Amino acid sequence: MTQVIEVRNLYKAYDGVTVVNDVSFNVDEGEIFGIIGPNGAGKTTAIESVIGLRKPDGGSVSVLGLDPQTEARELGNRIGTQLQEAALPERMKVWEALDLYASFYEKTVPWEPLLEQWGLAEKRNTQFGGLSGGQRQRLFISLALLNDPEIVFLDELTTGLDPQARRATWDLVRAIREQRKTVVLITHFMDEVEALADRVAVIDHGRVLALDTPENLIANLNGETKVLFSVPNGFQAALLENVSGVSAVNQYDQQITVSGKGPLLANVAAALAQYNIAPADLRVQQANLEDVFLALTGRTIRN
Amino acid sequence: MKSFLKLTYMELKLQLREPVALFFTLAFPVMVMVLFGFIFGNETEELLSGYGQVDLSVPGYIGMIVGTIGMLSIPTTLANYRDQGILRRLRATPLGSSSVLWSQVAAQVLMTAAGIILLFIAGLAIFDLRIPNGDLAIVPAILLSAFSFFAVGFVLAGVMPSARTAQAVGMAIFYPMLFLSGAAMPRYIMPDFVQQIAGLLPLTHVVILVEDLWLKGTWNLTSVAVVTVVLILGLVISRFTFRWE
Repeated sequence: MTQVIEVRNLYKAYDGVTVVNDVSFNVDEGEIFGIIGPNGAGKTTAIESVIGLRKPDGGSVSVLGLDPQTEARELGNRIGTQLQEAALPERMKVWEALDLYASFYEKTVPWEPLLEQWGLAEKRNTQFGGLSGGQRQRLFISLALLNDPEIVFLDELTTGLDPQARRATWDLVRAIREQRKTVVLITHFMDEVEALADRVAVIDHGRVLALDTPENLIANLNGETKVLFSVPNGFQAALLENVSGVSAVNQYDQQITVSGKGPLLANVAAALAQYNIAPADLRVQQANLEDVFLALTGRTIRN
Repeated sequence: MKSFLKLTYMELKLQLREPVALFFTLAFPVMVMVLFGFIFGNETEELLSGYGQVDLSVPGYIGMIVGTIGMLSIPTTLANYRDQGILRRLRATPLGSSSVLWSQVAAQVLMTAAGIILLFIAGLAIFDLRIPNGDLAIVPAILLSAFSFFAVGFVLAGVMPSARTAQAVGMAIFYPMLFLSGAAMPRYIMPDFVQQIAGLLPLTHVVILVEDLWLKGTWNLTSVAVVTVVLILGLVISRFTFRWE
């Protein structure tokens, strides 16, 4: 598989404070590459070094075979970016933004179909200041796709969006990949990389802590499955401790959580059937990337 | 070049959509002219070498427009573009940073021209404005003055931490200068010591520079020198203080 981004031992400090510390990763052509970490982990700085907005203090970066520092113009023509904390002038209209930004690139795709595709056709004469958060994000994605880029960088795409708009945005990211573009997705939302990314780099304090597919990261945790359900009063939860694969049973009022390995759900369900208990709310909780992050850093991503 | 022209045109449209900027750069100087014109009239007077009050105050109003754009419009616009992340988004395109900055200058030069043209239209329509000296050297003189004050505006935008402070500080510097420089009212009605203080202000030299060309067709070299020094200082300082984010 062709590598479109190669980052080797990237290092960046501001006023003596190291923000990106020995970061290395490759991005393959056509994949959605996730970069996840808490706010302030150095994700944005790393990616800004990759697209040439910042000059690294050490290490090497190659994007599409180009050096982002010395070949910035050529690179700018071949990548698309949706940046965190970027904006357009309040009174600039949607169509004006597309028309203006289209003039910045050597080759562009017509912007009218982009308006249709990203659901902005009715907003073409609306000023940027009058757009909702989701509409602004869609406009930024449209701007990022104007030059038919080979790689699209999306930084904190869904921050500030309501859950429904976030899900809709995920579909948009998948649609970008279907156009055979490489996507680099920077986020602090675990569910986002879990849903979208082919591979993910976990970054904290400027370092890459792990880099693999979300499935492998979770599998490597060697984590346990949890089965949760509620039971009638008086049920002795301890009865389940001898079920095959179970390592712990916790009861809180009528709520029971069984932890363990193997085909836990089937085993627990069979045991419950023996006692003539059929809980309506039986559900399984698998380890997820949150747990991966917790295992890697010893804390949750939100604090 | 195409992107520079597009960006300049866009910037001009944005300026024209901004009611506050529109009022201060285009409407306010005309209002002041009309107000004083109605109070003092534009009858020819012996004391004024055969010209009227309005005829003589045109250079002041030109200084007012140049100063308003340089000290208020540019710092507020650029600091706002920086604070909002508008410059950040522009920088992530292949467009060079010089195109971004020069398009701002070009758009504001056009706004200056629009302000002056409106002034002339109002003057001719309402007060039968007389043009004492038709020397076209007034055009490069106004351009030099504009660049000089725009450079100061770029410095303010870079040095001030936010758009709000840029606006407040711009006003705090500009308004005293406006009233002392002869841009809003003639200097000759002021006491001597005030006129001496006024002589130290860059805007006074913009007014003198334009005034001498307007009345006599001569270049005031002292004022040329002051305005040029301000321009060079502004360029050098903004080179080191301008921030994209």
